[in-house]
Amino acid sequence: MLLSVSDLSVSRGGRVLLEGVAFDVQAGQAILLSGKNGIGKTSLLRTLAGLQQANSGQIDVPQNAVVYSAHLDGIKQALSVVENLQFWGAVFGRSNLDAALETFELGDLRDELAGALSAGQKRRLGLARLLMSGRSIWLLDEPTVSLDLASVSRLSRVVSGHLAAGGAAIIATHATLDLNGQEITIDLGKFATTKSDLAASEKAFL
Amino acid sequence: MSALLVRDLKLAIRAGGGFGLALAFFLIVIVLVPLGVGPEMDILSKIASGVLWLGALLACLLSLDRIFALDHEDGTLDLLVTSPLPLEAVIMTKALAHWITTGLPLVVVAPLVAVLLGLPSNGYVWLAISLLLGSPALSLIGTFGAALTLGLKRGGLLLSVLVLPLYIPTMIFGSEVARRGIEGAGVQTPLLLLAGISFGTVAVLPFASSAVLRINLR
Amino acid sequence: MMSLWEYANPVKFLRLSSKVMPWAWGVGVSCLVIGLVWGFFFTPDDYRMGSTVKIIYLHVPSALMAINAWFMMLVASLIWLIRRHHVSALAAKAAAPVGIAMTLIALITGAIWGQPMWGTWWVWDPRLTSFLILFLFYLGYLALWAGIGNPDTAADLTSILCIVGSVFAVLSRYAVNFWSQGLHQGASLSLDKEENVADVFYQPLLFSIAGFVLLFFALVLLGTRSEIQLRRARALSLRGHTK
Repeated sequence: MLLSVSDLSVSRGGRVLLEGVAFDVQAGQAILLSGKNGIGKTSLLRTLAGLQQANSGQIDVPQNAVVYSAHLDGIKQALSVVENLQFWGAVFGRSNLDAALETFELGDLRDELAGALSAGQKRRLGLARLLMSGRSIWLLDEPTVSLDLASVSRLSRVVSGHLAAGGAAIIATHATLDLNGQEITIDLGKFATTKSDLAASEKAFL
Repeated sequence: MSALLVRDLKLAIRAGGGFGLALAFFLIVIVLVPLGVGPEMDILSKIASGVLWLGALLACLLSLDRIFALDHEDGTLDLLVTSPLPLEAVIMTKALAHWITTGLPLVVVAPLVAVLLGLPSNGYVWLAISLLLGSPALSLIGTFGAALTLGLKRGGLLLSVLVLPLYIPTMIFGSEVARRGIEGAGVQTPLLLLAGISFGTVAVLPFASSAVLRINLR
Repeated sequence: MMSLWEYANPVKFLRLSSKVMPWAWGVGVSCLVIGLVWGFFFTPDDYRMGSTVKIIYLHVPSALMAINAWFMMLVASLIWLIRRHHVSALAAKAAAPVGIAMTLIALITGAIWGQPMWGTWWVWDPRLTSFLILFLFYLGYLALWAGIGNPDTAADLTSILCIVGSVFAVLSRYAVNFWSQGLHQGASLSLDKEENVADVFYQPLLFSIAGFVLLFFALVLLGTRSEIQLRRARALSLRGHTK
């Protein structure tokens, strides 16, 4: 088991959004998080990434296993595609640059400035960064935004390859990704709080 | 860590990076002083060291919001926080990059601009030494302020109000070194105190800044 | 045994403070009136400073409270960061406006006193300069509270600023002492003489100080209470939205 979440409560802006969130992720598995806008998909992913504190509950995950990719890809417009990837490779201590470029068909664009790329190409560059991280659990927040159909299926292939290699992924998405049956869809609607619950720091005042 | 430093330096130099703006600002401020105070060289040379320190401090202040703002806007900061790099080291590196692109050029340029204010000839060395020793503290204190105001709209003005009071001791000791040097008085004490502030901020402030950054990103 | 920390609960704090506050106001105002009336009308003029000396009944207590308010904010900030008691964070927030007002009173009464004594409203004496710098630190602290939307984030960040600021405020104090001696001999119109005031001036001064302390206490209680009630309103409206 790579990652295990139990009885997690996630809040945003003083209000509890999700409560009792519990799931396990095995190596080779992908979790697709679904649910309507504002239900707390991003907040959950940020909590799993360690960017946000859980209201309560437990997340069991090995150290340095998680990499997070969000709407904003951390791409520097003034650097070339290669320079962008090289930087993240250096941060994560990896040098599989050419493989990452090839997987997302960025080889022809390698010396272009990232600022000159289209939205879809930028997104691919952001995803190529995941490969540079060498981490086993990918947390992807709406990875298919601004990707064309071919790129979505390429993303599916890349994620499948990552799972086949013993990785895992937790993906918040509205699109359908074909991951060879390795995906489990979790509807966050069942964890949404129905009672009017406030985060602990607000409750203290009542 | 060196990758981050190299990247920050590259970004500063490339188009839109804003390198040189702080220097231009410094030059303009120094030119404006005689226009406001009057052209008498003996008055100008008396206040030269203080004015140069003040100008350097303001130029430094002006470039602070760039330390984190750009990385915050494009999501890089989220990714850096979840990367294997310790956040304190990230902050140290960013402060170092700020110092190399702002503090160090000011150390070099200040003695040249000092001619305009008629800085006494024995003051050049002390001005350069005091700026060299004091400017790292300016960058580190500024990084702390930049972390505090991260993500705030109209954070620039707030940043100045927060950081300028914290700059007071550095500026007092820094310009005191230059002034005493010119008057031939002993500079050892303010020099040591100035170095002490710089080393102290290097040792302690990255921890405060990283705590602040984590709070702001959550 | 009941722990003191029990009163860190906002609701309990509201209940207790509503009982304490009238006493703080009553005793505080009485002390201040006694101190001021006694000091102004029933003490002799100083042989050296004449009647101008009587401003110490406002000047000294306000200067004292200006520093103590910051110190209280520092302690409250530490308590918030370590024990996460909301009352503590809000008390720090409530103390700041009172502290900056005290600093301003100290500066203004100082200037009014300085005019007849030194013939000028302002000199860059180490003490005066330190208070002016303290004023700037208060400004920064208040500006940060005002600048941040999320109340818990604001409490965290202002607490850290208060701690870091305290270190730099102490450094500034030393720097200023250092800066106005040596090269600038002669300009030192030190206020240290006021410390050996005679008994006739001293006793009403004690009353006046006690009055300032209690009024500070009452004002901070008042401020903390209204901050707590604002947070209550926020929590209630958040709950209302969810329903």
